[in-house]
Amino acid sequence: MAFAESTRAVGQGDTAVAHPGVATRLHAWTTTVDHKRIGILYVLMSLVFLVIGGVEALLMRWQLVVPDNQFLGPDTFNQLFTMHGTTMVFFVGMPILIGVGNYLVPLMIGARDMAFPRLNAFGFWITLFGGLLVYFSFATGGAPAIGWFAYAPLTERTFARSAATDFWALGLLISGIGTVTAAVNFVATILGMRAPGMTMRKMPFFVWTMLWTAFQMLLALPPLTAALVMILFDRQLGARFFDTSGGGSAFLWQHLFWFFGHPEVYILILPVFGIVSEVIPVFSRKVLFGYEFMAAATMAIAFISFGVWAHHMYCVGMSRTLDLFFATASLLVSIPTGIKFFNWLATMYGGRIRFASPMLFAFGFLSMFLIGGLTGIMLAAAPFDFQLSDSYFVVGHFHWVLIGGTLFGTFAGVYYWYPKVTGRMLSERLARWQFWLLYVGFFLTFGPMHVAGMLGMPRRIYTYGMDDWTVWNQISTLGALIQAPSYLILIYNLVVSLRHGKPAGDDPWDAWTLEWTTTSPPPSYNFETTPVVHSRRPLWDSKHPDDPDWLYE
Amino acid sequence: MSATATPLPAPPPIVTERGPSAAQWGMIAFLLSEVAFFSTLIVAYVAFMGKDIVGPTPQEALSLPLVIGTTLCLLGSSAVMHAAERALHSGRQTSFCLLWTLTIALGIIFLAGTAYEWRELIVEKHLTISRNLFGTTYYTLVGFHALHVTGGVMTMAIVLLLALRGQVSRSNATGVQLVGWYWHFVDAVWIVVFVVVYVTAKSGGL
Amino acid sequence: MLLATDVNLAHSQSIFNPASPAAHSIVSLAILVLAVSGLIFVIVEGVLLYSVWRFRADADPNAPEPPQAYGSRAIEIAWTAAPTLIVLFLVLVITRTLWEVEVDPPAPMPDDRALFVTVTGRQWWWEYTYETYDNRPLGFTTANELHIPAGEPGQSRPVYLKLVSADVCHSFWVPRLAGKMDLIPGRVNHLTLQADAPGLYLGQCAEYCGTQHAHMLLRVVVEEPAAFDRWLTEQAEPAADDPAARADRDLFLAQSCVNCHRVRGTPAVGSYAPDLTHLMSRQTLASGMIENTPENLDRWVADPQSIKPGCLMPAFGLGSEDQASIVRYLQTLH
Ligand code: HEA
Ligand code: HEA
Ligand code: HEC
Ligand code: CUA
Ligand SMILES: [Cu+2]
Repeated sequence: MAFAESTRAVGQGDTAVAHPGVATRLHAWTTTVDHKRIGILYVLMSLVFLVIGGVEALLMRWQLVVPDNQFLGPDTFNQLFTMHGTTMVFFVGMPILIGVGNYLVPLMIGARDMAFPRLNAFGFWITLFGGLLVYFSFATGGAPAIGWFAYAPLTERTFARSAATDFWALGLLISGIGTVTAAVNFVATILGMRAPGMTMRKMPFFVWTMLWTAFQMLLALPPLTAALVMILFDRQLGARFFDTSGGGSAFLWQHLFWFFGHPEVYILILPVFGIVSEVIPVFSRKVLFGYEFMAAATMAIAFISFGVWAHHMYCVGMSRTLDLFFATASLLVSIPTGIKFFNWLATMYGGRIRFASPMLFAFGFLSMFLIGGLTGIMLAAAPFDFQLSDSYFVVGHFHWVLIGGTLFGTFAGVYYWYPKVTGRMLSERLARWQFWLLYVGFFLTFGPMHVAGMLGMPRRIYTYGMDDWTVWNQISTLGALIQAPSYLILIYNLVVSLRHGKPAGDDPWDAWTLEWTTTSPPPSYNFETTPVVHSRRPLWDSKHPDDPDWLYE
Repeated sequence: MSATATPLPAPPPIVTERGPSAAQWGMIAFLLSEVAFFSTLIVAYVAFMGKDIVGPTPQEALSLPLVIGTTLCLLGSSAVMHAAERALHSGRQTSFCLLWTLTIALGIIFLAGTAYEWRELIVEKHLTISRNLFGTTYYTLVGFHALHVTGGVMTMAIVLLLALRGQVSRSNATGVQLVGWYWHFVDAVWIVVFVVVYVTAKSGGL
Repeated sequence: MLLATDVNLAHSQSIFNPASPAAHSIVSLAILVLAVSGLIFVIVEGVLLYSVWRFRADADPNAPEPPQAYGSRAIEIAWTAAPTLIVLFLVLVITRTLWEVEVDPPAPMPDDRALFVTVTGRQWWWEYTYETYDNRPLGFTTANELHIPAGEPGQSRPVYLKLVSADVCHSFWVPRLAGKMDLIPGRVNHLTLQADAPGLYLGQCAEYCGTQHAHMLLRVVVEEPAAFDRWLTEQAEPAADDPAARADRDLFLAQSCVNCHRVRGTPAVGSYAPDLTHLMSRQTLASGMIENTPENLDRWVADPQSIKPGCLMPAFGLGSEDQASIVRYLQTLH
């Protein structure tokens, strides 16, 4: 408890400092190596890209609202889904989670910064630069039209003549290097800079998931980098990796991409598992149930995810033995995921659940991710996937896990930690509006896609003539229009609460991890004195000295 | 919290953990990602082995004597570097600088050997990156390895400069140690490349 | 039966409307998987909803913290075992279905009543080369509409497709007849079709393959064996040589059309574009996009880009005389 009090005094001097000019502040932000500022920059960048990617999605939805629509031509539409997918995965999903991790990992483990602050800043700036390069392709007369997984040989010069594909590959290559530097930093920080007493078994759960996310990034991103190098060599130097007329292999690209691509989707969900594992206990007023099993399950997911990639390739004509192997591996993932699910439920069970905004979004996550996971099981059942693959069912599945899972979970984190980051509370009323618009809109947008897929509608078609599909597409578009304002509300809430939100205090949620012991916002050095930790919930210990956690761990 | 009859439980003492430092973990993580990167290039090389319709084949193009020489240089450099680190640890600054310089020299000889080999391949064997699948995968794999050697040589040169200005000593040897890890790793990759590319070329496939 | 007026006539492409043994197997698996998932969904979502309702915080802010439960090894083992058993069960049923639907094609044999066709995916249309039927070599090529024989009671007529690609990856997907199978350049894939009932089965390319991926439509016409035999005989013939159309034909042959298209029995031997030998026997043009009517044919020849933007046939700016003459010739290709 002593340290909680000693840090309280710090940082209050901030208000006394005269407001520096815009130029000075801009300079301070662009040259910062503070993990908190870098974290904020990552999140802001992701939100900007989220709106861009969202607008691209709205355009696509508008094109699909009636059969044979003339709103967009084929080239435009194909560029839109390529950019939408690329943006959402590489410049929204990954950076927003890296940003949250960047902000919180040092605070949660009682460190003053990440292990390599300069490398950290470098990682952010080249990620942003990569994103700008990908978007620069628009200036060359059109974005790439290759799909986010860019199957060869459609990416060869013969079929994709403009420079757009080169910008795409170069942009992803560069931002991929940024991601690897972030992962290196996470590993070094988490393994080398924990507060005294915080053994590996006593880390906050979010930190544990970030560790394994970083592990996945280290192994999954470089193969993508190598594959992108191969495309660039093919296109620029006349190499023949994917030149099928010269003996190159379309197959090789698919394997390399999905060897990255599947772990990638778990990179997009593991940190979110971490976020909700922080939120659910605090708002249920109970300790996380079965920490060790949750931890083991995280590890299991991280490892198994490297052995399932070809479930994206059931229809390429592998042998049925291989199909069976990958189906089994994919189904195995549901066991550790199930363990997590059941432990969350057990954490809530018998608690006192407060439905403040973070918990509301965590509930959204639980109720929706379950469905997305189960449609994943259907896809993993190889013969069923012979029908479902590359249909709108798949589009339904992955938005369900990416929005119902990743976004809902991330928003839970945003509402949970915003008070720490800014010192102000977000508006609960706006939070509820955002939640319900998103919840309903999301359901209406992506639910019907499953039906359309089962009615035989393939993905990535700029228009269609089948009457059976029309109504489902119309509901989908309606849903997209309903969810669009929810993002605007979020942004409005984030901006307005910065000035007008209720002051938060250090520990508004009565929470238990180290970041709540310091001021909101934390001073640049985070903690006045290095905290000492005895259990997974240091603040529980100091709030309940008669019944501390370390008696039970 | 009023004072109760039972005293508050006292936490067990903190045991300080031992293990690699943050910087060391960082290097380990980085090398792990490098393993993934090179594995991918090697997989590509192996996947295309013997799939060419036009020559030259590895067997026709590659020659062993030169590459055995450069391989020995690289392996030797690892050993020399190890000796340099030992020297640093026992405080022998001058011999550290000498051995470190020798490491760099061996690295440069390796690169020169590669350059010579490539010149021969391009000019005499007409093997370019766009010639065939062998050329494509060979230059990519060996090229990226050489790029890593170059990076290593440059980093070592910076360390040497610092050492000559007396800024490298036993007390801040971690940096030197990490550069060493990287260099040994690059060596290890070369052993794999040597086996996969050169040995199989001469033994007629895997 | 084939006189459909609207090319997209309310035909179902639903995977739950199977018309072949393979599609049936997949549907049974699908229903099983859906049922299992549904059950898991109801139970887990039920527990979730019950928990949030039953354990919602009451108004009292001073209520003490609820009892802390740190975990339980027994419970963890129980809820690891349950999904493990489900997974085991699913693996078994998946194995059964996999072995049912993925069978390697046999070689043509006497009296096998099997049809062997090579399907070539091309940006953005389909080429079909008929290899053998009932062990009879055929060896002609046609485009965009695949005709196959229907099975009769007690006598199935399997169709073995060999799938290849001439450019990028495509995927052959006729949901009612089979799951999809990709056509990948540099690879040979196989797919077995077997239709129970005559009729028209629709589908479309299911792997993104560039600009007009959306209009790489599939039409499989399943015919009674006798009708199918007649169709085979007609298709194997060279192009009709109508003396009245000689002048039109010569004009056609003088155009660049022949660089890309083939009309068997004439000097037009292009192999880049759809075979036009029996163009008039097809119901649609441009890979199922538009109905094959004289007006549409005229529009297509005049400006394919206005119909299928980005397609690989350019407009030629033919004079109206030439244009009319060429279209007249094409209409003789029955
Ligand atoms: C956040 C990202 C995310 C997550 C978490 C998942 C999770 C899963 N996904 Fe998904 N997936 C994507 C993102 C994600 N996916 C994307 C982006 C694509 C498409 C890429 C593209 O083509 O563009 C895709 C595509 C995709 C395919 C390929 C489809 C195709 O193209 O043909 C498959 C096939 O197996 C699949 C399977 C799974 C499985 C088995 C899971 C499992 O991890 C789910 C596990 C969870 C549960 C099962 C629920 C909870 C568990 C229980 C309550 C226990 C009890 C349950 C059982 C015993 C079953 N996914
Ligand atoms: C995290 C990942 C993520 C997210 C959040 C989304 C969000 C959305 N996606 Fe996305 N999607 C993907 C990842 C994601 N998608 C991927 C990976 C693909 C595959 C791409 C490929 O095939 O290559 C895909 C493909 C995809 C398709 C299929 C295209 C096709 O196959 O033809 C569709 C179709 O409807 C779609 C729709 C939507 C919609 C409506 C949203 C909505 O949720 C978006 C809502 C957001 C907004 C609407 C923005 C809000 C902002 C405003 C409203 C501001 C207004 C601004 C002004 C007025 C200036 N997506
Ligand atoms: C550059 C090559 C090229 C030339 C030259 C060419 N075509 Fe085509 N043609 C194509 C391609 C490619 C298609 C398939 C388009 C598609 O469906 O995507 C096609 C399709 C057609 C079709 C529809 C076939 C079907 O089965 O749907 C007709 C009819 C046709 N062309 C007639 C002509 C005529 C007449 C000429 C000459 C005036 C001509 N083409 C010149 C490439 C060419
Ligand atoms: Cu062919 Cu899509
Ligand atoms: Cu996957």
